[in-house]
Amino acid sequence: MAEKEKAEKVVISGADAIACAVKLCRPKVLPMYPITPSTLVPERLSEFVFNGEMKAEMIHVESEHSAASALYGAYATGVRGFTATASQGLALMHEILPIISASRFPAVMAVANRTLSGPLNIWNDHSDAVSERDQGWIQLYCESAQEAFDTTIMAYKIAETERVSLPVMVCIDGFALSHVYEPVQIEGQSKVDAFLPPYKPHNFLDTSDPKTFGAVAFPNSFFEFHEAEEMAMQEALKVIPKVNEEFGKAFGRKYGDGLVELVEMKNAEYALIGMGTLVGTSRVVVEEMRKQGEKVGLIKLKCLRPFPKDEILQACKKLKGLAVIDRHASLGYEGALTIDLKAALKDEKVKVEGFVAGLGGRDIDVKRLRAAVETIMKGEKGYWLK
Amino acid sequence: MKKQKTKEQAQSGISKTCPGPMVFSKGAVISEPGSTMKYKTGNWRTYKPVIERAKCIKCGICWANCPDAAIKKDSDGTFIVDYDYCKGCLICDKLCPVKAISHGVEQK
Ligand code: SF4
Ligand code: SF4
Repeated sequence: MAEKEKAEKVVISGADAIACAVKLCRPKVLPMYPITPSTLVPERLSEFVFNGEMKAEMIHVESEHSAASALYGAYATGVRGFTATASQGLALMHEILPIISASRFPAVMAVANRTLSGPLNIWNDHSDAVSERDQGWIQLYCESAQEAFDTTIMAYKIAETERVSLPVMVCIDGFALSHVYEPVQIEGQSKVDAFLPPYKPHNFLDTSDPKTFGAVAFPNSFFEFHEAEEMAMQEALKVIPKVNEEFGKAFGRKYGDGLVELVEMKNAEYALIGMGTLVGTSRVVVEEMRKQGEKVGLIKLKCLRPFPKDEILQACKKLKGLAVIDRHASLGYEGALTIDLKAALKDEKVKVEGFVAGLGGRDIDVKRLRAAVETIMKGEKGYWLK
Repeated sequence: MKKQKTKEQAQSGISKTCPGPMVFSKGAVISEPGSTMKYKTGNWRTYKPVIERAKCIKCGICWANCPDAAIKKDSDGTFIVDYDYCKGCLICDKLCPVKAISHGVEQK
């Protein structure tokens, strides 16, 4: 089938949107081990490969551990790769994730966020990805199918920017986005090629220039390699907004400054902050409450790692209260996002309250989110928004 | 890719103990294969075996049993310890049939 040169608007699921974007990014190796609710991604990609629409090697690996390992292998040979997973699948990849990032391979992976068992549950929350936030992967969360499509393309560009050279996780809420059909603008191949040039690896296995990969780093050097990763993460805080701007110029869509998006924050006294699809519902809450004269705003956190501390500080300076909606609980303390925000805003007057919500697919509806805002407006404590 | 020593490395004098793989390349890739050869592991040693050349009967038992291949044959056939790699396990000392090997604590 010929490459589609023209952009077209289609109604597809969030997972389909990611698969379509991946196809346009031309990865050469696709190690896949399907797991609900990310399965639609490898399903579509295998169709593309089977139809000849995509020239890539799809490897049917025997576990997610192998999928991540093969992704490492693909990048070690100097080509672009891609995989998708969720929940226990991501947990099984855990061992390989920091190896990919420390190797500075700019891999891209989609995560259709699903809670971690047990009890066994296939539905959405952010426990899987948030549990991996310390592994040197940039984490971008999406609100819509269009954003999932766009973020996937941006992810390759961010990851492959020389001074970043870190892998990226593109996170979409399982079912709530992975299986929800929305209109998506699919861009033409030449336009995507112009935005994302062919991958130039900084290091790869080459018989004419042999190198050692995976060597031991003793206590006198390990620290420095991690320090280099941290410096790259800080660089990513500058590169992500740049790529977001470039994407906006090329395709006419961008997402806040690429790190956070501010909604009605100019004169807001109280605000909600969260990631993923709950942001869409929060928009409705903010709109409703604004109509009723309440000075309520919304911060959409698109990038969890690196954490955009300065942007958050700027946005929250004038607030009286911030309700953090965490689709994850660090059992024994608070939601991970709440912990990050309390640390970031420790010197500000704003009162930060955490609300754990939506665990294992529990709805986060307008009523619950409104209750969270009303709680902080009364100056009361955050709680589990069951 | 060009290898460069970082400032921290230059300051800390790390390269003295670890001359081989101590290059902070991107992604911990070593662009010079076989660099492990330069990495001397003898400084892990607590005990230091010493072979008394005059007593050695050149039987090779220490050479055959050293778990670190740290015993070498000298030009005259006597066996000597390669202190760049000897870990001081003292197996050689235990096995030498003529007690040509003695040991002390390594002075660091
Ligand atoms: S002490 Fe152990 S490592 Fe050293 S030479 Fe003897 S047998 Fe080999
Ligand atoms: S075991 Fe003793 S006698 Fe035999 S070669 Fe070694 S040092 Fe010499």
